[in-house]
Amino acid sequence: MAQITYREALNQALREELERDERVFIMGEEVGYFGGAFKVTDGLLAVYGEKRVRDTPIAELTIVGAGVGAAMGGLKPIVELMTINFGLLAMDQIVNHAAKIHYMFGGHAKVPLVIRAPQGAGHQLGAQHSQSLEAYFLHCPGLLVAIPATPADAKGLLKSCIRQDNPVIFLEHESLYGVKGDVPEGEYLTPLGQASVLREGKDITIVSYSKCVYDAVAAAEALENEGVDAEVIDLRTLNPLDTATVVESVRKTGKAMVVYEGWRTGGAGAEIAAQIYEAAFDHLDAPVERVATLDTPIPYNARLEKAALPGAADIVKIAERMV
Amino acid sequence: MALEREKHIAERALLTMTETQLLDLYRRMVLIRRFEDKVAEMYSRGKITGFCHLYAGEEAVAVGAISALYDKDYVLSTYREHGHCLAKGASPRAVMAELFGKATGLSRGHGGSMHLFDGELRFMGGYAIVGGGLPLAAGLGLAVRYKEEPQVVCCFFGDGALPQGAFHEALNMASLWKLPVIFICENNFYGMGTLVQNAICQEELYKFAEPYKMPGVRVDGMDVLAVHAATLEAAARAREGEGPSLIEAMTYRFRGHSMSDPAEYRSKREERIWQERDPIKHLRRKLIQDGRANDARLAAIETEVAAAIDDAVKFAEESPEPALDTLGKHVYIDADGAE
Ligand SMILES: Cc1ncc(C[n+]2csc(CCOP(=O)(O)OP(=O)(O)O)c2C)c(N)n1
Ligand SMILES: [Mg+2]
Repeated sequence: MAQITYREALNQALREELERDERVFIMGEEVGYFGGAFKVTDGLLAVYGEKRVRDTPIAELTIVGAGVGAAMGGLKPIVELMTINFGLLAMDQIVNHAAKIHYMFGGHAKVPLVIRAPQGAGHQLGAQHSQSLEAYFLHCPGLLVAIPATPADAKGLLKSCIRQDNPVIFLEHESLYGVKGDVPEGEYLTPLGQASVLREGKDITIVSYSKCVYDAVAAAEALENEGVDAEVIDLRTLNPLDTATVVESVRKTGKAMVVYEGWRTGGAGAEIAAQIYEAAFDHLDAPVERVATLDTPIPYNARLEKAALPGAADIVKIAERMV
Repeated sequence: MALEREKHIAERALLTMTETQLLDLYRRMVLIRRFEDKVAEMYSRGKITGFCHLYAGEEAVAVGAISALYDKDYVLSTYREHGHCLAKGASPRAVMAELFGKATGLSRGHGGSMHLFDGELRFMGGYAIVGGGLPLAAGLGLAVRYKEEPQVVCCFFGDGALPQGAFHEALNMASLWKLPVIFICENNFYGMGTLVQNAICQEELYKFAEPYKMPGVRVDGMDVLAVHAATLEAAARAREGEGPSLIEAMTYRFRGHSMSDPAEYRSKREERIWQERDPIKHLRRKLIQDGRANDARLAAIETEVAAAIDDAVKFAEESPEPALDTLGKHVYIDADGAE
């Protein structure tokens, strides 16, 4: 197995799927000649040409809308939004069109579309470039939400998403592109809706996804030194949501914490906490805690930015209080 | 004046069309008018509910344009789409049943008046977000080009879509990529109660074609032959790989914006002037004047259509409601393609 970066893993998935299926093509701002704003599509244009790797004007609404139309016309588009922040301009096509078409036409139409977008804070990019918006999409029936943390899952989930027939929001974290990990070469699929238990433990369940998974693992290691045995779950997809794995863990530990980079209020953590309460209330020894981004726009100043975001130290502090 | 040239082309279309073609235009327009009249009646009887926007008065646009296409060409429309869907060949039964919210409806009762869809006929849907269909049309055009197929995509929208970003983004993209899309703007002078001149700085809407480097024409949308001829030209161009066109069809809705709108923002006089230009009467007169059809033949078509619509209502009435357990169906497609 090769050690490659999250970015390379995504690139590999795209390459393999372009190779495998003629209907698959990529479009978005700067995906071709520039190689992708985060270089995820680097080198693909040279191999597959402008037809399969298409640069678009800066027009998010119509980039996504054209993706929806192309999917209805029998193709399997992969649309890249330069970042999820700009994806807000395409919300009409995502929520009112992509998510609705299969249902409102009685199942007679389908939209096999993957929308990839980087998101997340941590680079002092200011309030308009630092958001984590997974909750917006999780809220909307008709969309799937995949949000890989590891290079292997980046590859395996992307390939699985491309091969199925629902519109998917595929969220990558900007801080993870350079992270390395073992990634199987060639055919490798991560099933949608299966969380992975990264670390087993008996004292507390830490549920997370995307970049915060790394904070959760770091926190679990720190907690171990203090004799606290934490279980860490990476959800990998928020829709479908693997409630079963989470609940099974909580039944064992009796304590749960959700760690995520979206805003605390109305975030994915609120939904996950609610599902834990519904399915495992009797097993809980303490309220479910949310460790998330403060309810403020993300500030530019480095110290302030860091303070707004959840980190390993916050997890440790709250876990200590809980056990 | 753009309209003069179009008139001339329309006259020519009348001469070159076969009798069967002309009668078919007439039949489709009458079908839509009678269908909409019946829908209004059923709405007032509570059989149809929700938002419901009728197409009466505008029949020549859908029929003229769609009759200029091949069956395999794609059409998509707005929430005022009963006419386009019927003109594309949808069964009046399935359309009426959808309006009744029945399981036998085109969208299995999950869509309603604003969301008809018939994939087999390549009627790619009615969309209720003003301007929302235009990016989809660009995407369908992209798929056609990608697969190197000969089809075109015909996208209908109202004057109200012109101030939307989606209109400008989609026209730019379609032109930039030379996509086979025909953008047909149904200028009926109003978006709900707002006059075009109160909504957009350039009232001659076809002129938006120019900055986007595509042909733009204004046609008499009350003349089915004029719309037909303009669409033929745009379709030929699209099929030859030369890209999109914009057609502005000047038309008028005979009823309010929706079933709940008494249209008090318009004068009775204005309505009368347009009633006199009724597209169906217009074609009828022309056919008889030119000796292309006689009264009896046209009357027979009208009777035939009336029967088809009665049958559609009967079918809709007798059809079952969708089962409650279909509520959660078709939200997602399973990995194996199942629901
Ligand atoms: C994005 C959006 N904004 C507002 C509305 C509410 N609305 C429905 S129809 C309409 C007027 C549209 O007029 P036009 O495009 O001219 O079409 P017409 O009804 O005349 O056929 C408005 C404002 C909507 N459906 N979508
Ligand atoms: Mg209008």
